[in-house]
Amino acid sequence: MAQTSWSPHPRLTLLQQEIREGFFFLFPAVFLIFGITLFPIVFTFVISFTTTPLSNPAPQNFVGLSNYWSFLRNVQFWQAIARTAYFTVVSVGAELLLGLGIALLIHARPPGWAFLRTSLIIPWAVPTIVNGALWRWIYNADYGALNGLLYSLGILQKYRPWLTEPMTALNLVIVADIWHSVPFIALILQAALATLPVELDEAAAVDGANAWQRFWLIRLPLLRPAILVALVIRTVEAFRVFDIIYVITQGGPAFGTVTISYLTYLESFSYGRLGSGAALSFLITLFTFLMAIVYIRLLYRPEFRE
Amino acid sequence: MKHWRRARSTALMLFFTVLILAFIYAPIFWLVLSSISTRAELLAVPPRWIPENPTLKNYRDILIPGTAVSEVARTFSVTLRNSFLVAGSTTLICLTVGSLAGYALARLRLPFRDVLWLVILGVRMVPEISLVVPLYILAARFALLNKPIVLIITYLSFALPFAIWMLSTFFESVPRELEDAALIDGSSRLGILFRIFLPVAAPGIVSTALFTFLLAWDEFFFALIFTSTIAAKTVPVAIAEFTGRYAVDITAMMTGGVLAALPPVLLALIFQRYIVSGLSAGAVKG
Repeated sequence: MAQTSWSPHPRLTLLQQEIREGFFFLFPAVFLIFGITLFPIVFTFVISFTTTPLSNPAPQNFVGLSNYWSFLRNVQFWQAIARTAYFTVVSVGAELLLGLGIALLIHARPPGWAFLRTSLIIPWAVPTIVNGALWRWIYNADYGALNGLLYSLGILQKYRPWLTEPMTALNLVIVADIWHSVPFIALILQAALATLPVELDEAAAVDGANAWQRFWLIRLPLLRPAILVALVIRTVEAFRVFDIIYVITQGGPAFGTVTISYLTYLESFSYGRLGSGAALSFLITLFTFLMAIVYIRLLYRPEFRE
Repeated sequence: MKHWRRARSTALMLFFTVLILAFIYAPIFWLVLSSISTRAELLAVPPRWIPENPTLKNYRDILIPGTAVSEVARTFSVTLRNSFLVAGSTTLICLTVGSLAGYALARLRLPFRDVLWLVILGVRMVPEISLVVPLYILAARFALLNKPIVLIITYLSFALPFAIWMLSTFFESVPRELEDAALIDGSSRLGILFRIFLPVAAPGIVSTALFTFLLAWDEFFFALIFTSTIAAKTVPVAIAEFTGRYAVDITAMMTGGVLAALPPVLLALIFQRYIVSGLSAGAVKG
C-alpha cells in the first residue's frame, strides 16, 4: 500500500501532469522571448519619455511626452512618414501585381516553367545587403551597368548620374527591392494556385466562361487568403525598410530617401539621442502591432483554416 | 483556327518567361562578371560585357589574408567565419528551444495556450529597430558589444518566434495515433518528441533550419549596431563597409557579394522543395 506514494506524481491527474510538463517545455522559449523582445519593448517605451544620450546610455532625464510632441511638429518626421508610405505602397503594389502575374504564368506551364520557378529562388536567397551593394554598383554614375546598357543600346547619348535626384533615387531603391521581393510573393501564390480545385475552373469553362472571367470570378476569390497574407507580411517589411537604403543611398541625396526606420537610426545612433529615437521606434512598434492584429484576424477567419 | 490561337498564346507566354528570366539573371550576371574582371576592364566605358582576361585573382585577394589592399578585404574571411558561427548557433538554439515549445503548443492541453500563440505571432513581427535601444544599453552594461554571443542572443528575438511558429505548424500534422500508442507504452513526453515527432516531422525540421539560417545570415541591423571590430563583425557589415569607406574597391565588394550570396543561394537551390513548402507554412523572410 505505502509503495504507491513512491510514484513520481502521486496525486496528479493526467491534465495536471500535462500542464506541469508543458511548463518545462515552454519555459526556455518564454524566458527568452520575454527577455529579448517583450522586456525591450517596455524598456523602449520608458526611454521614449527621457532624453537619454548615447554617450551615457542609462535611462535618465524624464521629460514626459515632449519627444513625441516635438516629432509631431517636425517637418523631417512627416516627410519620412510620407516617403515610407510611398515606398510601401509602390513597392508592395508592384510586387503583388508582378508576383501574381508570374504565379499565373508558372501555373499555365509554358515551356521552361520549372526553370523559371527554380530561378525565382535565387534573388530571394541573395542577402539583402548584397542585393543593395549590387544595385548601387548597377546605378553607378561613371561605370555602372545601367548607364552601360542604355548607352550600348543607344538610348542614352552619354552617361548620367542616377542617385542625385531624391525622387529618382527613391524609385530606383524600389526597383532593387522589387527584384529581391517579387519571388517571395510569386512562390507563395504559385503554391496556393497549385492547391486550388480544378473542377470549378473546368465547370466554368464548360459553361462558356472565358479565361478572363474564370480568373476574376473563380481564381482570384479563391486566392484571396494567400494574397492577403503575402500582402500583410510584405507591408510590415516594407514599412520598416532600412538595410537596402543604408547600402544604396545612405538616406541621401539631401535626406531624400530617409524613411521612418532610417530616421530612427539617425536619431539614436548618429545624433546620439536615444530618447527621441525610442519615441520614433515606439511609433513603428505601434504600427506593426496594428498590422499584426489584421494578420491574426485574417488567419483566424474560417476561410483560412483548411 | 484553334491551333493557331494556342500557338499564339504559347508564344506570348514564352516571351514573358524569357523577359522575367532576363530581369532575374541580368543583375546576377553583372555581379559575377564584376567579380571575375580585372579592375581596368571593369572601369571601361561602355563596360566589357564579356571579359577578355577573366581572373580569379579577386577571390584569392579576399580569401587569402595579406595579399589584399584594403583592410575590409583583408579581414573578409574572418567575417565569413563569424557569419557561419552566428547563423549556425542561432539555428541550433532555435531548433532545440523551438522544438520543445512547438511540441507543447501543438499538442499539450495548457491554460493560456491561445494567448501564447498570439504573443508569438505578434513578436514575430516586431521590427529590430523597436528593440535595439534597450538591447544596446544592456549589451553595453554587460560588456557584450563586439562579441558573437550578443548577435546570437539578439538574433533569437526574430528567429525564435518564427521557428516555434513553423515547427508547431509541422508538429500539428503528426498523426495523434502514433503519440497515443507511445503514451500507452509508457513513453515520456520528451521521449515522444525525440522518437516520434522529430523523425516524422523531419522535412519540417529541415525547412525550419533552412529559414532560420537564412534569416540569421541575412541579418544586418543588429550586426551594424552591436559590432565594429572583426571579433564579431558579420559578412553583411563587411559588404556595407566596402560601399562606405572604400568606395573605389568595387571588385572586392562584388567578390565579397558573390561569396556572401553563395551559401544561402546554394542551400536554397539544393533544398528547393523545403523552401516552397516552408513558404506555404507561413514564412516571414521576404
